[in-house]
Amino acid sequence: MSLRTVLDAADIDRAIIRISHEIVEANHGTENLLLLGIPTRGVFLAKRIANSIKKNYPDFDVEESLGRLDVTMFRDDLSAKPNREVTPTEIPVGSLDEKTVVLVDDVLFSGRTIRAALDAIVSYGRPKAVRLAVLVDRGHRELPIRADYVGKNLPTSVTERINVHLTETDEEQSVVIEQ
Amino acid sequence: MRHLLSINDLSKQEAIDLLNLSAQMQEVNKRDVKKLPALNGRTVVNLFFEDSTRTRFSFELAAKRLSADVVNFTAKGSSVSKGESLKDTIGTLEAMGVDALIVRHHHSGAALTIANAPWSTSAVINAGDGTHEHPTQGLLDSLTIRQRLNGLDQGDLSGVRVLIVGDILHSRVARSNALLLRKLGAKVSYCGPSTLVPSASLGLVDEIYYDFDQALAQNFDVVMMLRIQAERMNSAFIPNAKEYSQLFGLTDSRFDSLSSKTLVMHPGPMNRGLEISSKAADSAQSTILEQVANGVAVRMAVLYRLLAQEGKA
Repeated sequence: MSLRTVLDAADIDRAIIRISHEIVEANHGTENLLLLGIPTRGVFLAKRIANSIKKNYPDFDVEESLGRLDVTMFRDDLSAKPNREVTPTEIPVGSLDEKTVVLVDDVLFSGRTIRAALDAIVSYGRPKAVRLAVLVDRGHRELPIRADYVGKNLPTSVTERINVHLTETDEEQSVVIEQ
Repeated sequence: MRHLLSINDLSKQEAIDLLNLSAQMQEVNKRDVKKLPALNGRTVVNLFFEDSTRTRFSFELAAKRLSADVVNFTAKGSSVSKGESLKDTIGTLEAMGVDALIVRHHHSGAALTIANAPWSTSAVINAGDGTHEHPTQGLLDSLTIRQRLNGLDQGDLSGVRVLIVGDILHSRVARSNALLLRKLGAKVSYCGPSTLVPSASLGLVDEIYYDFDQALAQNFDVVMMLRIQAERMNSAFIPNAKEYSQLFGLTDSRFDSLSSKTLVMHPGPMNRGLEISSKAADSAQSTILEQVANGVAVRMAVLYRLLAQEGKA
């Protein structure tokens, strides 16, 4: 097994700042933005993006614009892996109607998590648009899904593993390819 | 976990996990769209040989909210009244392609018999068997206590003191509750007339009281009243309803003597004025309707745990 660090702590911080700018630019401001992190690490990334937006746009209300979306019950591989932990979903506003929802996850791979997330979103309302922000896009999509905001495109082999470490959950902060 | 027949099928951690999952299911029940796709394509049969309102509806709603298909079977009006045996009834239903049987039966052990039978391949959930057990009722009561007393969606019930009052002898609710509450660390006491509290219950519970007022003086966190089951009163267990109410009913005056923090629970259906007064049942301390609401969430969690695995599609 070999480990190769592809993003270090500073790279990750820069990627988050850039993504936060891109999100606001594409949205023409911060109005009606709602960041939804997908557990586990997407939740922390969404929070960091929200804090980064707040730095540049003091009017941005982090409390009202940041939530989490658990997609476990909407997965298509439930029957193979039924024992995933179900965690709370928190939508800060009552309904998603008229919101521009930005889903945030750490790694985009097959696209199946995002498909589940799109299904989950439907049960909370009808957003104006749904965007996707990921720290790493490693390719190998199995569904017609792509990310709008990408920290780093990482061409990988299917047999490799991508490990994302964040200070919130791990000792260090890095993105590592495991072969 | 393939079946849920008894609280004894669950370890402490499994029970806590089920309660935690139930808390997530409660959130689903508060959404505009109260539906999850998790059990899409599974078929669940409500197999009820005994009358029920809340348990049957609760299981039916739970299964439907997880997108399973539900068929309701009631013994009355089925081929059972033509003399069809349990084995043949279940064989017939399973031949139509069924994944889970939710069984309510007047004989203790009916669910276990089906679960162990070579002629049945379904997952079996015990929804009340005779005077034996009613595990999902135990789970929903623990969920209610945990939320109301601790305000928490996690952890056990250590230190909580619960008094269960009434017809313990015939009560599957009392048994499932005693097993689960003690598994979760609570202290459980039974109270009732000596004809309706088996003396062998010590060991299953921590204390037995034969005097309700003496028990209430011990300041329990939870007082759970049981229904006087007219259908099982086939012998002279109590002299008459009025005397029972005076000695063991949660009357207005007994309710007034409770601490304002004591929870009043009842599994339903209630005999108002017999084991519980309307004032107590409709008070802010009463959790009776919460118990019903939590029942749907708990049953969703149980169905999900049993059916969301491979090989049961």
